[in-house]
Amino acid sequence: MTVDVLSFARAVALGQIRVVDLTQTLSQDFPTIVLPPELGQCAPFRIEEISRYDERGPAWYWNNISLGEHTGTHFDAPIHWISGKDLPNNAVDTIDVTKFIAPAVVIDCSKECAADPDFALTVAFVEAWEARHGKIEPGHWVLLRSDWSKQDFTQYANLREDGAHTPGPAPEVVKWFVEARDVHGFGTETIGTDLGQGHHFNPPFPAHFYMHGKGRFGLQCLTNLDQLPPKGAVIIAAPLKIKQGSGSPLRVLALVS
Amino acid sequence: MSQPLNRPKRKNPLQRTKHPLSPPGVRSRTAHGLTAAAAEGRFALQVCEDCKTVIYPPRDCCPTCLSVRLPFRDVERGGVLVAETTVQVSADPYFRERTPWRVGTVKLDAGPLIVAHLHADAQEGHRVRLDLKLDKSGSAVVMALPEKDTPNMADDPHLREMTCDPKFRRVLITDGRTPVGQAMAEAFAEAGAAIVFVGIADPWKPVPGLEALRKIGPVEIVPLDLTDSESVSEQAEQNGARIDIVVNTAEHVRSGGIVDRHGLTTVREQIDIRYLGLVRLAQAFGPVLRARGADGINAAAAFVNLLSAHALMNWPAYGSYSAAEAACLSAAQCMRTELRPGGIKVMNVFFGPLETEWFQTVPPPKVAPATLARAVVRGLQQGLEDVFVGDIAEDIRARLAVNPKALERELAS
Repeated sequence: MTVDVLSFARAVALGQIRVVDLTQTLSQDFPTIVLPPELGQCAPFRIEEISRYDERGPAWYWNNISLGEHTGTHFDAPIHWISGKDLPNNAVDTIDVTKFIAPAVVIDCSKECAADPDFALTVAFVEAWEARHGKIEPGHWVLLRSDWSKQDFTQYANLREDGAHTPGPAPEVVKWFVEARDVHGFGTETIGTDLGQGHHFNPPFPAHFYMHGKGRFGLQCLTNLDQLPPKGAVIIAAPLKIKQGSGSPLRVLALVS
Repeated sequence: MSQPLNRPKRKNPLQRTKHPLSPPGVRSRTAHGLTAAAAEGRFALQVCEDCKTVIYPPRDCCPTCLSVRLPFRDVERGGVLVAETTVQVSADPYFRERTPWRVGTVKLDAGPLIVAHLHADAQEGHRVRLDLKLDKSGSAVVMALPEKDTPNMADDPHLREMTCDPKFRRVLITDGRTPVGQAMAEAFAEAGAAIVFVGIADPWKPVPGLEALRKIGPVEIVPLDLTDSESVSEQAEQNGARIDIVVNTAEHVRSGGIVDRHGLTTVREQIDIRYLGLVRLAQAFGPVLRARGADGINAAAAFVNLLSAHALMNWPAYGSYSAAEAACLSAAQCMRTELRPGGIKVMNVFFGPLETEWFQTVPPPKVAPATLARAVVRGLQQGLEDVFVGDIAEDIRARLAVNPKALERELAS
């Protein structure tokens, strides 16, 4: 079977294929992950004008930017986590580029997350979802829709005395996604793929531990997941080609027919 | 008795703001001995090593015995105002705007006759105490104050020309998250500041102490992140024209040196928050401060740098911290020259380890944030340029003057 990419392009241009931007704007005030202050910190996004049609460059405007690999909407490569450190082609520059285009299922947990910021996705919850929408096929991104991206930044980070309280997956469901469903990766609207309190699980940060340990990917700080169908969207998520990069800010697009 | 200062009325927005002017500011290299003393609030004159004559004005050889050994020494401030006159007309643009201006001759107990600016409460024939002050040109001048403090003394307009009194002024505390920033807000409110803007970065992160901060009368919380150029310039655009004193309380204290530190992340953060943060503040707030140096009772007055005394000599246990502080000290020296045309004082306040969490493992003596804050206010009220707070800072200053190399070796152990 030959596939006509020009027809595809035409369908995009004509709006027959809808393109949904799943990316947060890179701005200075968007929250980044907060670790204990004695540990190394991810740099927030910063922007410095090089020139703006002025004495520093009369006819042009441009900026220098600085940020961490895990700032804003970003991609996690397997090398990010200790469980994936020895896998082949585990960094953003060596991952097979075909992996950057993959279908997705979207599991709507927005009601549950609104009721409980510590909501943990379980196998039972996903099985109930599958009963309605069908089994998750291998090679799909699993995106957890929490509507977290709709909150103001204080609620979004939701930092309390005992740390962040944001939803994510329980350990057994991540393991099950990888082993029983052979998923492509896991994506969230929150700052990380794990719960804000995910360091109290066993293993700590299970989404990172199991996904990256099996060479799967992560996407976080996504938005507009409410515009995607439960099944049928295709995600384009190509990180910057950073030499031995552990991840990268990126533009994430969803194609919906 | 000095007339108490009235809270300034709202400025007429149709009125032109006066351009700041400076009194004549040229001094000889020797005369800068007075500048050094005035910067620290000391009263020092040359005292001949050979014949003990106390000398004024500064000279290169002793008028009594021709000795050239004339070091500046702290001397007694007391004397009698023997004669006074009032200048009604001056050809100098700075003084023309400020006449009538009283000057007088003081016979100092220590010996010399000194022509001095007069505080309103300094009366002819009475005892006075002399003070060295930095005037709007940054040069040392002698001012005769009444022997004992009088009511509303600091409100005397001629004295207020030489000081940066926070009373009725509007202050920006750049980082309100730290204990020092919060103590500073309290101290400035107590000193009569009209508004105390307190900067908070990353408002999505909890701010311990925020409720107490909000309860301080003149405090207004404003968004300000010194690592973000846009945030700093936005704050200057919003409030820059009504900020008279900037107090940079941003800090980044981490132990550890240079060689044995793993990577650059911490060092870069230190430089970003401290040195680049200072440069961002200077670029955003400096020009408008300088332009408002003669803007009435609440004219722009000062930029305050809080600096570790280890900016003066590296403390290897906090080596990269010391280096970032040293960069800030160097920048402050540059800013002094750049802000002087507006009569804006850059006050450097040096302190040793603080009584805060990042100096947890350091034994006392340590400086409490409230002590530091009071020292900043007092320094501004006195119009100082260099303030040393606490035993460690005083000690470093003294040892640096005697033998910098010994200090370097001793800080290593």
